[in-house]
Amino acid sequence: MPIQPHRRDALVLGIAVGVFGIAFGVLATTSGLSVAQAVAMSVLVFTGASQFAAASVIGAGGSPATALASALLLSARNGFYGIGVAKLIPPGTPWWKRLVTAQLTIDESTALGLAQADPAQRYDAFLAGGLSVFVFWNLGTLFGALGGDAIGDPAALGLDAAFPAGFIALMMPALRHRSGLLAAVAGAGIAVALIPFTRPGIPVLASAIGAVIAFVALGPLPEPAGETA
Amino acid sequence: MSWGALLLLAAGAFAFKAAGIFGVGRVAESPAVIGLGRLLPPALLAALIIDGTFNSNGALVVDARAGGVIVGGIAAFLRAPFWLVVIVAATTTAGLRQL
Repeated sequence: MPIQPHRRDALVLGIAVGVFGIAFGVLATTSGLSVAQAVAMSVLVFTGASQFAAASVIGAGGSPATALASALLLSARNGFYGIGVAKLIPPGTPWWKRLVTAQLTIDESTALGLAQADPAQRYDAFLAGGLSVFVFWNLGTLFGALGGDAIGDPAALGLDAAFPAGFIALMMPALRHRSGLLAAVAGAGIAVALIPFTRPGIPVLASAIGAVIAFVALGPLPEPAGETA
Repeated sequence: MSWGALLLLAAGAFAFKAAGIFGVGRVAESPAVIGLGRLLPPALLAALIIDGTFNSNGALVVDARAGGVIVGGIAAFLRAPFWLVVIVAATTTAGLRQL
């Protein structure tokens, strides 16, 4: 049986995110998390941006409460993705499969599922993408966490630049609309203004105000942005 | 980070995902909540990018990270695939540190 194109895309997506997982594993252990904690976070939390936020706040010396608040604010978007993903689940799907679906509801799987032109393939593409990202994200995390010492200085490999650049790629679809762009510019401005004066983690938390500014000034993002990216 | 905080984060992150999937709380489907919710990621990610690129122990500095992030950002703008964005950014920063 030939591999269907959406499953091949899912595999490629997983491998790409696996590279990002290595960067997370290295950041997590250099931030003071144990290897077991880094892996547990990737399995249980399983939403990359929140994990990076939590690890970088902890690594910079921020309080666990600030780390938790920033990470949870970032993970709230998965709830909005879930509303779209729920419509892809065929009737009669058992509850355990719905729970797996919930855990796999992240940026990449949602985007891959909703991007399929054929509605019949959307749920399969979502699951394939989610499982592929889950496997490679966790393998990458384990590799990065264990290899932290073997890899040597993560800075020499430029891994500290990998995660901000990855986030630019993630938010690029939103930046192509003016309200998304304003939210990003306002969030960035708030961070620049606060970094020198506040405790670690506060600037990222406060940047949520940027979303409010953009929403009030320009209204919501048009429907497809960030969902079919 | 304590195991307690980690498990709390896991529970909270899963609760958001499950709330969407199981349709808990129809209020979440109001246009204002959804509109604001979808603008949170660009705002927070932009702050994380600034923090990860320029923050050095509470001071804003321009170093080798900025070069990699700018090159990665250009690649992302030109619709390069995710893996390529990550790799060009890391390679550029690593290269700048070799100079």
